[in-house]
Amino acid sequence: MLMEDAARNAAQKKRGSATLKLMRTNYSLYIMLLLPLAYFITFRYIPMTNIVVAFKDYSIFKTVWESPWAQTGGSLDLFKYFKQAFKSAEFLRVLGNTITLNFLDLAFGFFFPVILALLLNEITFRKFKRFTQTVLYMPHFLSWIIIYGMAAQIFAPQSGVINIMLRNIGLGPIHFLDDKLLWIFTYVFLGIWQSAGYNTIVYLAAITGINPELYEAAEVDGAGRLRKIVHITLPGIRQTIVVMLILNMGRILQISFDRPYALGNTLVRSVADVISTYVYRVGIVAQQFSLTTAVGLFQSVVCLIFLIGANIITEKLGEKGIW
Amino acid sequence: MAKEHMSRGSNAVVKSTANRIIDMIVVLVCLIAIAVCLLPMMNVLAVSLSSKAAITRNLVYFWPVDLDLEAYKSVFNDSGMRHTLWLSVVVTVTSTLFCMLMTTLCAYPLSQRRFPGRALFNTLIILTMYFNAGMIPDYLNIKRLGLLNNFWVMVLPAGISVFNMIILKSFFRNIPESLQESAEMEGASHWTILSRIYLPLSTPALATIALFYAVGRWNGFQDVRLYVTDPKLYTIQFRLYQIIMRQASTDANMEGVQLLVDSDSIRAASVMFATIPILAVYPWLQRYFVSGVTIGAVKG
Repeated sequence: MLMEDAARNAAQKKRGSATLKLMRTNYSLYIMLLLPLAYFITFRYIPMTNIVVAFKDYSIFKTVWESPWAQTGGSLDLFKYFKQAFKSAEFLRVLGNTITLNFLDLAFGFFFPVILALLLNEITFRKFKRFTQTVLYMPHFLSWIIIYGMAAQIFAPQSGVINIMLRNIGLGPIHFLDDKLLWIFTYVFLGIWQSAGYNTIVYLAAITGINPELYEAAEVDGAGRLRKIVHITLPGIRQTIVVMLILNMGRILQISFDRPYALGNTLVRSVADVISTYVYRVGIVAQQFSLTTAVGLFQSVVCLIFLIGANIITEKLGEKGIW
Repeated sequence: MAKEHMSRGSNAVVKSTANRIIDMIVVLVCLIAIAVCLLPMMNVLAVSLSSKAAITRNLVYFWPVDLDLEAYKSVFNDSGMRHTLWLSVVVTVTSTLFCMLMTTLCAYPLSQRRFPGRALFNTLIILTMYFNAGMIPDYLNIKRLGLLNNFWVMVLPAGISVFNMIILKSFFRNIPESLQESAEMEGASHWTILSRIYLPLSTPALATIALFYAVGRWNGFQDVRLYVTDPKLYTIQFRLYQIIMRQASTDANMEGVQLLVDSDSIRAASVMFATIPILAVYPWLQRYFVSGVTIGAVKG
């Protein structure tokens, strides 16, 4: 026993000194990491300490730490701003809008990339395939401001090309960006326009991972192209589809700022105002920092829980998970 | 025997016609998708290049009518807009260089197999992908650092995208270890190995993430909206947003901006000014990003 312990101790010491030696010979790696670590601390971790604002009566005349903990009627009420948010009809509407828009994005936009990827895979003329991909990926690299500029142009009620064409056949004008219901349609459509092509990449990668022998075997059995799509390609990318679907469902409360902010306007605010634009408007413009920090924290925590849930589900399904 | 042979022959004919029909459907649907992607851009380009008269008479569809460069001239002759374009170029170049430096410095150590503490650093960095402080805590941080209305607010906070860092790190990890080992035998330091072996072998990955950073910075809007109120620091996206919203009049104290109000062709020309740089870099970097994105997606 004693001997064993001693041996183990010696081994541990040896391992410890080996680590120290590695650290010494590789000291330049730590020097390299200094700037990146300083970056992550300054711009990613220190901001997290400001989350306490959600639990404080923060005023811009004091620092975060000097501000008192949140109180109602003189007694401590740490969750005051969370309660306030959930009592506010405006926040509840914003929460509903966020979920609605994300859900519609998923319901109408999710299968476009899958279908496009299957189509691209069926193009036999290589140069045409390459050209199609080049064109379809491009909108992904345009900013939402640019897309808004284009949309404002082509959907303009009087001078927009869509309404000019509609007028030629005796219809319209249709207010794509000012009518609430149509605005939602336009928002979803532009989302598909921007990202459907680019999102094929992950499915095309999955298709290249399919064993070519399966296709050869199917050919020997006399299967046509449609049968090969249905029985080999689709099952081959099924797992990727499921993972993407679950991940996207996990992001139901996550919403970018640029897209709803750029596309929205005061006429459609009741359907277009989402968490990100609300936090900007009520927090940064109207300076209600504690309330909007609470809203942001609620959103981050729910997103994190959903993401972990999504990962657990994908792992249960026999996938590798996302981390 | 003969019968079987015949039926096989007719099967082949059926199959090849079926194939041709599928080919036609595929090409047709792809052409529709291409049209949906390109026509909006072509319309905006056509409007930007057409005369005001043609636009007001609703004659412009997807091709310029009465070719007219007036809109581009008036956008470019506006000193505020010229300043904005110049500033956007400077911000984009500075930010991309800074991001590339930081990302390389982060990815190289994390790609090393014999680096005690790697797992810890890796976790600390990846965690920031899944939990961020939020808009207001970030804003308060930027404010405390004195970066509001500061040129560097458009450079420093975007320093490292963890996603891009992972792309580069996976690329580094695929470089054969033997190359590094033989360099180490000859007494090469990590700095030499990084600059002489890793970077030259990683041009596709470096090009990919440089594209992502540059396009992301050029397209960036949210941080300018949140952190910048000084018109001298407005980037192209912000100015474009104002032009589209017909809000330019509120900035009438900036010389000549008033002229930008209320004209379709000027709005379209401004959109083109923001779009052309992206279209210019896009084709020759496109061949890189697919491989880059796939690495990031598979090995994340």
